[in-house]
Amino acid sequence: VKRRLPPQADLRGRDPVLRIPALRTGEAVSTPPEQLPPPQQPSSTFVDRYSLAQRASGALAPLITVVLAFLMGGVVIVISTGKAPWNVYKEIFQGAGLDWFFPWIAGDERTTTLILTGLAVAFAFRCGMFNIGGQGQYIAGAIIGVIVASNMEGLHPFLHILLTIVLGTAAGAGLAGIAGLLKATVGAHEVISTIMLNWIVLWVGVFLFTLTGPLQAESTGSPISHDVVEGAKLPIFWGDPLLQGLHIGFFIALSALVAYWVILNRTTLGYGVRAVGFNPEAARYGGISVARNYFLAMAISGAFAGLAGAIDIIGWQFRLATGDIQTSTVGFVGIAVALLGRNTAIGVGLGALLFGSLLTGTSTRNLDPEVFQPELASNLTLLIQGLVVLFVGADVLVLWLLGGFRRRRAA
Amino acid sequence: VNRLLERVPRGWRGLAWLGVLLGLAAALIAIPPFTVRTVAVPIVLGLAALTLGVGALFRGQRKFGIYAVVVALGGLALGWAATRSSVSNLEGVVVWSALFGSMLRYATPLIFAAIGGMFSERSGVVNIGLEGMMLMGAFFGILGADKTSSWVLGLGIGIAAGGLMALVHAFFAIHLRADQIVGGTAVNFLALGLTGYFFIDIYGQEGTPTDIPAIPNIDLGIIKDIPFFGDVFGQLNLMIWLALALVVVSWLVMFRTPLGLRIRSVGEHPRAADTVGINVYAMRYGAVTLSGMLAAAGGAYLSIGFVGSFNENMTAGRGFIALAAVIFGSWRPFGAAAACLLFGFSSALAQRLPVYSESAGVPVDVLFQALPYVLTLIAVAGVIGRSIPPVAVGRPYKKQ
Repeated sequence: VKRRLPPQADLRGRDPVLRIPALRTGEAVSTPPEQLPPPQQPSSTFVDRYSLAQRASGALAPLITVVLAFLMGGVVIVISTGKAPWNVYKEIFQGAGLDWFFPWIAGDERTTTLILTGLAVAFAFRCGMFNIGGQGQYIAGAIIGVIVASNMEGLHPFLHILLTIVLGTAAGAGLAGIAGLLKATVGAHEVISTIMLNWIVLWVGVFLFTLTGPLQAESTGSPISHDVVEGAKLPIFWGDPLLQGLHIGFFIALSALVAYWVILNRTTLGYGVRAVGFNPEAARYGGISVARNYFLAMAISGAFAGLAGAIDIIGWQFRLATGDIQTSTVGFVGIAVALLGRNTAIGVGLGALLFGSLLTGTSTRNLDPEVFQPELASNLTLLIQGLVVLFVGADVLVLWLLGGFRRRRAA
Repeated sequence: VNRLLERVPRGWRGLAWLGVLLGLAAALIAIPPFTVRTVAVPIVLGLAALTLGVGALFRGQRKFGIYAVVVALGGLALGWAATRSSVSNLEGVVVWSALFGSMLRYATPLIFAAIGGMFSERSGVVNIGLEGMMLMGAFFGILGADKTSSWVLGLGIGIAAGGLMALVHAFFAIHLRADQIVGGTAVNFLALGLTGYFFIDIYGQEGTPTDIPAIPNIDLGIIKDIPFFGDVFGQLNLMIWLALALVVVSWLVMFRTPLGLRIRSVGEHPRAADTVGINVYAMRYGAVTLSGMLAAAGGAYLSIGFVGSFNENMTAGRGFIALAAVIFGSWRPFGAAAACLLFGFSSALAQRLPVYSESAGVPVDVLFQALPYVLTLIAVAGVIGRSIPPVAVGRPYKKQ
């Protein structure tokens, strides 16, 4: 005779809060794990099957998502230009430098940036918030970064770089902190407030560096900032410094990935952030300050994006033009990176690699206009990014497709 | 008279309102037609408003206190700036009839999108994708008008494109029960990519041609000679009148018809609505599609009624401002429209400032481009707590 599942065990798979061990310590004491019946019974409801499939195919679903998105992007290529999509894709990824594996990873500076802007989205996600202000926080970091790095000539290079990075990071954190504070105190939805902050930062940046603007480099006659002083540039570890060698920002981004994992999984702060993300009410009941965690999670999110802005300035841009401010989209790509990577450290790293090479491969510098117009290709990237976000948001669809393949194979 | 007097707020709330009025006066007194030239007057008025605001803030009137403080600071800055610049300059910037006219022009796309957003949210589906649906309307509106040489067909094609985008959002949000905010963001990216791709592919670097048929203006010859009204309302675009009519019609539909009651009920308690035989999915599909079509109509006005051309990402966050207007207006048509007019006014002000900044030496007008976004941020921050969203908004419904 099969024993019925006790109610707690039934809940455990579904209610995320109960997956946190400390939140269900009481339950663990009352019913020791060995007394629980094995959960491998054929699950009946959709949610059960869904969560099972999700655990089983942690990496598979994002892969299918990417394949689907690229397929649909290919359809657009064929319809609009009549070119063979695989040739276009091949060209894009060759432009990204697939031939040299190591420089490919570190080399396109876009990967470095996207790891950080992806983390900016992912961290807020783990606290149950959607930070679409990564773009503004990135720009804020870049603005403060270029101001610090283009002044104070003669400062010790190490100090100068450190100061630039710290202040740029603080700028991003402060900007996102505004949104976090508004969410925590008056409940303003972070999506609207971060988008508004994006536009405010954009116009402040354009104001600062536009012609006759207060910080514009007058000698150049163009809407651009002063150049970063030699001492504040990030050291190069690969390639010729004069030909845009690879800067050490990549390692900073990698350590940020580690920091992200450590903060979330090995600190009290991360525990609180995840608890609030799972279920704010339960966290509040457990004595965790929801408001404080909203604010901190948002500020830390912004710190990642601000760091990205500062690194880009002292790593390879060395100046900030109003055009850069207005056309940059790396903060938004970070959303796709984080969602595709399921907000895990490794996932964000891999997602950043994919989108980094897409962005690099579609840049005017790398894509041969004879094969495919770079302006078209950059919009294609946007399209693929949109499709990825759409499909990731709807795991159900992807899993249904996955199930279809499995059924066919079984038959 | 007595009943009117009873409605005047008293105590610190009344004083906070007085602060708001004084703050407005600080700015108004320094600009035409008053044009007070001494800097002391706006400063005294502004400081008085600030005092009242801070006082109210500490006496429990937090919300109105914050309003008064914000208005006081804005009034101080504007009043001070106005007394610093020359009279002729001021008269160049502040032409009230022109300001109101362009307020209506800037507010119209917002009103279309906000009314659409209201329908969607009232039915229980968050529509962050309004921005993308507007963009679809803007691009496919101008593409249609160009290819068919008719603005009517262009508008129709734009609306259809926005409706299709909304259908995608509706399918993911309703049938696949995906996170509605993530889905909406995806719609925004998709629209940005699609319109950008086809814009470059079809029009290339030259941009859209200049001879595209535009949505006509309505020429009201009769009121042309009335001093102020003639200037504001005499030559308004057809879409502006449609937007104003839409506000009234949507209020009637939402609050005076069975259909409106059904839409609201699936947004408040879908299970109860389902029990009494209302098709929740159909209601939600309808409302979301309608919201996309309305947002697209606003976008089409932007491209073939207002500007006459298309640029990549030309909606520039207007969909999100419209969404904020929905919240600011407590999910009601007239409230949302009033918020749109406020945001439209700030855009109009920012647009007229280049004249001013020439004398200032720094490009203040660029900085003022941020004004609508700052106002929106203050609005969403200040209004929360009073405005209560539909209960089931953002929650997918699963039929049992």
